[in-house]
Amino acid sequence: MKPSASAAAQMAAVVAEPSAPAGQPAAADFQRGLDERVWRWLTLSPALLLLLALSVLPLVNLFATSFFTVSWSGGHSSFAAAGLNNYRALAGDTLFRAGILNTILFALFAVGGQMLCGFVLALLCTGVTRGRLLYRTIFILPILVPGIVVGAIWKLLLNFDFGLVNQAIALVGIDPLNWLGSANTALASVIFVDIWHWTPFCFLLFLAGLQSLPQDVYEAAKIDGASGWQELTYVTLPMMLPTIMVTFAFRLVLAFKVFDEVYLLTGGGPGTSTQVMSFTLYQRFFREDQTGYGSAMSVAIIFMTCILLSAALAARGRMGAAK
Amino acid sequence: MTTSPRARSLIVHALLIAAALLVLIPVVWVVAAGFRTQISLLSGAFWFSPVLKNFNEVLFSKTSDFLVNYRNSLVVGTLSTLICLVAATLAAWSLNRMSWPRWFVHIFLGWALVFHMFPALALASAWFTIMRTVGLDNTLTAVVLAHTVLNLPMALWLMGVFVRDVPVELEEAARLDGATTPVLLWRIVLPIIAPGLAATGILTFVFSWNDFGVALTLTMKQTATVPVAIAKFAQDYEILYTQMAAAAALSILPALVLLIIGQRYIVAGLTQGAVK
Repeated sequence: MKPSASAAAQMAAVVAEPSAPAGQPAAADFQRGLDERVWRWLTLSPALLLLLALSVLPLVNLFATSFFTVSWSGGHSSFAAAGLNNYRALAGDTLFRAGILNTILFALFAVGGQMLCGFVLALLCTGVTRGRLLYRTIFILPILVPGIVVGAIWKLLLNFDFGLVNQAIALVGIDPLNWLGSANTALASVIFVDIWHWTPFCFLLFLAGLQSLPQDVYEAAKIDGASGWQELTYVTLPMMLPTIMVTFAFRLVLAFKVFDEVYLLTGGGPGTSTQVMSFTLYQRFFREDQTGYGSAMSVAIIFMTCILLSAALAARGRMGAAK
Repeated sequence: MTTSPRARSLIVHALLIAAALLVLIPVVWVVAAGFRTQISLLSGAFWFSPVLKNFNEVLFSKTSDFLVNYRNSLVVGTLSTLICLVAATLAAWSLNRMSWPRWFVHIFLGWALVFHMFPALALASAWFTIMRTVGLDNTLTAVVLAHTVLNLPMALWLMGVFVRDVPVELEEAARLDGATTPVLLWRIVLPIIAPGLAATGILTFVFSWNDFGVALTLTMKQTATVPVAIAKFAQDYEILYTQMAAAAALSILPALVLLIIGQRYIVAGLTQGAVK
């Protein structure tokens, strides 16, 4: 009898709310519901306000401004209705068109290169036991370096007169190249710099992915007599596919935003050979003060981003359905 | 194809070391350029006697604002990280543990994801207009606010992962013991998600420190951050290569410190979500 009584007492102690007097559970529930409703909003409000004020409002502002021609004089702006003129002008803007084309080229080649290099490095790194942490530490470094500093580093290294790259190729008898100043090599150089900058990020994600793969599958493959290549194509790659897709999506989005490196390395030139979307926008909006037209361009870029996003989601949905 | 395990391991290490050199040499070469004279750099000589002239010029000369830029970057990075962590953690907890309707959670997080994909430059133009309207143009507050909202989606995402790791039973037990929401958050949730906060905080700080596009458009001479200052070196009429190198070397110091003391958190933050 005694043990069960103490158990009942314990249960009563757990169930009863210390703040609510016994016999008034409804009041306690009400108190708790109120608490829940109040704190639900209080905890969400800082992030909600930030997003409303600095992401939704700017977007509305951009959209509204894009239908006006804004002229500045003496720090004051005057708006003149322009209808769809700004959007019509976009179609004929050669700088904008070059920007889109170069951004697509840049994103595909840079991200492709990073993924390939990152995957090979991650595979190599899982193969070693000694020094893995040291390698990882070194490979992480570029991720943490500001984009503008990466630009500064390679502006020095690729310099025509004294850059390390031209010094290095001189050793094997190749004439110095004007990497950033010639229209033939400028975009390729920017792509190379971006691969240098972001291969480590792909490496890190792939390394984490490889280390989380179940080991028994590899043992089974070994027992079945799979060669190293078969193991890679039939075991590792299929199991890594989710990580590969996530990394690809992540990097592609960031590659479409590219600005810092281009700003410092080439400034969009020579000609329009390294003009990218963000840089075109910067020129039109901030350097030329074309507020209305720049807003229309922003809206167009955001619209294209949304299309890209929905295409990615649709592809993911189809892949999910195929499984 | 029969290679002994020993030879194989040697080849793998050789390739990894080559890759490590490819990462390190550019950085080391530029840091070294910061210790050279302009003449020594332009002559392309391999050996040089190091001088501190560039660092002196960058840090202490009357024409350079680099110390002000450094302070600006530290202030902006620290404040935007703190605000971002508080807002993101509370929101992540609220969305995961309070009784919000599903559609509301989806729209909220979906919008954060979509917003994260917009090029910052596309929004910077609107921020510029809005900040000017409310009288915050050319202030550090504007940059702090912009960086906060820029990093908010990533912080929301990461803190969501960490908040979901807090056992629901623990929170319910605390509730039954009469813990109010602030007490619950402070005494139960916070200690458990502390490592997650460190990971998210380091990344948020680094991304704020590294941002160039937004800082460029929202700042002027006195409010410029470090990346904006470095870009200036490259754009002057006569490019001051060695001073630019010295400034670049100084700008990666915080990242190096964080890499040494917080690598575990950096890796956790960067790989979270991609692998989970």
